[in-house]
Amino acid sequence: MKERIRRLRRQSLDAVPTITVERARLLTEFYRRPEARQVSVPVARAMAFRHILEHKAICINDGELIIGERGPIPKATPTYPEITAHTDEDLRILDSREKTAYRVDSDTRALYTRDIYPYWQGQCIRDRIFREMDVEWKEAFEAGIFTEFMEQRAPGHTVLGDKIYQKGMLDIIQDVDAALDRLDFYNDPSAWGKREELKAMRIAAEAIIVYALRHAERAEALAAAEKDPPRRSELEHIARNCRHVPAHAPRNFWEALQYYWFVHLGVIIELNPWDSFNPGRLDQHLLPFYRAGLDDGSLTEDAARELLQAFWIKFNNQPAPPKVGVTAEESGTYTDFALINTGGLTVDGRDAVNEVTFLILDVIEEMRLLQPSSCVQLSKKNPDRFLERALRIVKTGFGQPSIFNTDAIVQELVRQGKSLADARCGGASGCVEVGAFGKECYILTGYFNLVKILELTLNNGVDPATGRQLGLPTGDAAAFRSFDELMAAFERQVRHFVDIKIKGNNIIERLYAELLPAPFLSLLIDDCVANGRDYNDGGARYNTTYIQGVGIGTITDSLAAIKHHVFEKKTFPMKDLLAMLSVDFEGHEPERQLLINKSPKYGNDDDRADETMQQVFDIYYQAVNGRPNTKGGEYRINMLPTTVHVYFGRVTGATPDGRHKAEPLSEGISPVQGADRHGPTGVIKSVGKMDHLRTGGTLLNMKFMPQLLADDDGIRKLAQLVRAHFRMDSHHVQFNVVSADVLRDAQAQPEKYRDLIVRVAGYSDYFVDLGTELQNEIIRRTAHSEF
Amino acid sequence: MNPQEPTGIIFDIKHYAIHDGPGIRTTVFLKGCPLACRWCHNPEGIAPEPQLLFRAEACLPDCRRCVAACPNQAITADGRSIRVDTTRCRACGRCAEACPTEALRLVGRRMSVTDVLREIEKDRVFYDESGGGATFSGGEPLAQPAFLTALLDECRRRGIHSVVDTSGYAPSAVVRKIADRTDLFLYDLKALDPDIHRQTTGQDNRLILENLRLLAREGARVMLRVPYIPGVNDDEESLRHLSALLKELRTIREIALLPFHRGADHKYRQLQQDGEPWSGDIPDPQDLVRAKAVLESEGVTVRIGG
Repeated sequence: MKERIRRLRRQSLDAVPTITVERARLLTEFYRRPEARQVSVPVARAMAFRHILEHKAICINDGELIIGERGPIPKATPTYPEITAHTDEDLRILDSREKTAYRVDSDTRALYTRDIYPYWQGQCIRDRIFREMDVEWKEAFEAGIFTEFMEQRAPGHTVLGDKIYQKGMLDIIQDVDAALDRLDFYNDPSAWGKREELKAMRIAAEAIIVYALRHAERAEALAAAEKDPPRRSELEHIARNCRHVPAHAPRNFWEALQYYWFVHLGVIIELNPWDSFNPGRLDQHLLPFYRAGLDDGSLTEDAARELLQAFWIKFNNQPAPPKVGVTAEESGTYTDFALINTGGLTVDGRDAVNEVTFLILDVIEEMRLLQPSSCVQLSKKNPDRFLERALRIVKTGFGQPSIFNTDAIVQELVRQGKSLADARCGGASGCVEVGAFGKECYILTGYFNLVKILELTLNNGVDPATGRQLGLPTGDAAAFRSFDELMAAFERQVRHFVDIKIKGNNIIERLYAELLPAPFLSLLIDDCVANGRDYNDGGARYNTTYIQGVGIGTITDSLAAIKHHVFEKKTFPMKDLLAMLSVDFEGHEPERQLLINKSPKYGNDDDRADETMQQVFDIYYQAVNGRPNTKGGEYRINMLPTTVHVYFGRVTGATPDGRHKAEPLSEGISPVQGADRHGPTGVIKSVGKMDHLRTGGTLLNMKFMPQLLADDDGIRKLAQLVRAHFRMDSHHVQFNVVSADVLRDAQAQPEKYRDLIVRVAGYSDYFVDLGTELQNEIIRRTAHSEF
Repeated sequence: MNPQEPTGIIFDIKHYAIHDGPGIRTTVFLKGCPLACRWCHNPEGIAPEPQLLFRAEACLPDCRRCVAACPNQAITADGRSIRVDTTRCRACGRCAEACPTEALRLVGRRMSVTDVLREIEKDRVFYDESGGGATFSGGEPLAQPAFLTALLDECRRRGIHSVVDTSGYAPSAVVRKIADRTDLFLYDLKALDPDIHRQTTGQDNRLILENLRLLAREGARVMLRVPYIPGVNDDEESLRHLSALLKELRTIREIALLPFHRGADHKYRQLQQDGEPWSGDIPDPQDLVRAKAVLESEGVTVRIGG
């Protein structure tokens, strides 16, 4: 690592996340003007975007090669008051909370309270959402049956394809103009809406060019004042880059990265979409530029490496927008989920691993940064040396890269109706979600607490936490004569709450479509321009809405325990089990231990439990999959938790698997923490019985002790384990390679372990930034040591 | 269970065994061993019959389910823990079945060839991916010759690679029979000095060496495994003897040094019978590297660890 990169990396690591009022101030300034009310909603949004980009501070950090910050300085994080109008109390909490805090200075607070909050409160989308939701939805939300992704963050969840490497913004503007020309006001009743949307896109495209030119001017000014000749010429080069991209298609490796970075900033300044934004298949996009540069001598491997490292630091400078309340609980992290993919397949289905793939893997290993997150896509066509290289990075123990099964992803996407070519150009984003990159609007709308729904089923629809009848009265569980009767009741409850959730989504998606279109993002995702429709309004080629199932391990073990002890072995009647649950096993420790130790458990290749998992999966799948969304697309399921399993656990009472009240649920599709006792092959066999191909992503965490990977033989066997996992069409796996002792020590002496990154769910995080419950859970996750 | 089918006593089946032969393996531990090495890390595998293990720290004081479950009144409780009267215990396992915490655990259960193969087959996908298979260890697998023969025959019939991990202390006829049926021997050699061998394992090493020479002569694939026990076989002379043996055997070109570890100390406590964990030191890593170098000078491949 060169000195400059070391310094920029250090600067990024040391920077403290702060809240900047800049964006909120500029946005409010614009919306207070009369012209904001004289134009259509999309045009006003685009004009606001332009106003921000024309006036926000330009930041070029010392020694940088790729330039542009979302805020005035690294890690200065804007707010999005049109989505969430933070109260002074919110800001105080953000500033002072123990984990994932953002410093808020007194000036910012004063300005916010005086100018920002009064303007947006009541009309921000969060307030509108809560006003629009009915009692049923609110009660379920408050009980922790589901969460709502869009109450503080915009839809997004999408990934860029290869468009910008072929087209400059001026070319895209031509496409917009062509679409405007094609509008047929005589025969198309929605022509006006399209025209307004296309006009908005045009303004947004021009705005990003202006923003880049402002950077060029700043770089030129800095160059003029620069004493050091090499740096001066670098700044001049940077200025030339910014005059060329994003207006024009990039001509070389450096311009390609700089273009992407402007686009990234555009997307995350326009709105605060989930998962920020993501260059996706970076090794594929950069390969032509890399080869051409090497061929004509304008690029060297070292120079490419340095540019990639500089690019990596830019991601790390942009923490996730601040979240409060339940949303902070479900995603308590600074990570903003840009997930860079390497490997996989080419559009014509060949092995896509190339020299840039290995270069990127080097950069991942050397940079060791929280952001961007990284993954490898592994197809059966990819070479072992690619997987083994990735596992050597995994072995260093910071949770990256995660590993995805390309052959499964392609089948998942094709099953959802994508063309084979679009599916092969897709991949994983965020945590583990699949998408057709550059062509799909796929949004996650909230986590769904399967375990809480079982709790309600066991209590005839009543939430024991509050005594309220939230679910359907499906009958007194003590009177159920068979396991099937219980499952039938559970199925009815699941359908009931999926209905409530979808009804809410149908309103919330329309609120975004009508009130918060994203014309800039729409320029980037096909076929929004051609359709003249916004990303948030069904403009994309594919539109998928997800509800994420959580707690499959806990619910499987709970149901398997009921089946085994109540209906088969008749260890105790349901009535007694329910009584024990209602007192959180107080005075029933032997029975609780029996449930823990003498019941079939998911994660051990035990069909008695795994068949129950399949049943639950199927019930959930049938309730969600294929239902229409507001964008002309369909609902799908995926199975991932981020950090919500801790929150969902806290609102869920004791469960029949022996779990105490308020303890975390199982995460992703991993077995209950500590329930897998037959080693990694047992886990992999069990999760292999889930039909991953019917999901849009599943998440499996495995923790390995470093000694299992000590030598080449250990790496090779782990590679073989991964290959076997994928042979069963599983979607994903990620490894934490760290000893429990190290984690305990880190918990006791956090100051010594500031840099300890562990895999949490679909992402890695600094261990010391995690809440204590989550830290404990990660320590508990079965350490697959050899004995 | 087919009444004709051979059965045997198994005390553990371990999945993702990555140090017991090539690839990812499933290791089946057969119970009973004619040796009693004082450093044995599977002391629960020595006695041929099922045994009760007790972990006092997991016992719930007021539970007493085991007391009620025992048909032989072998268990008494004193309010804080329980005591098992080994003279009355028939190791039927009912107490372990009733025990909610697994404080009581029966090691050793009778399984048929079909039962064992069912477990082995579960990991087939991993063998296929890695070139792995099943490993039969112990205890001493050759101490249940009919059962082991049937297991190996069944593996071969189903195309599953097999490894036998043995002390070599078995009648030569048995060794010959097994050699015809397995793909690889992991052959333990504890000490070449007959006196030390007798003192520390309870048996003479003559038969073991004879069998080893027999396998070498017949060209069986053998990997030697030498537990590296400070104070027993880590001296210059032991290493010299081992080098000489390797030179003589010629066909055996792989050896693994297994450093003594203290990972089994707790098992001695749980067995509730005579026998103390080995009190010796764990080896100094530098000594291991030195020993490895000495043996490598004979042109064999030496690995530290399995």
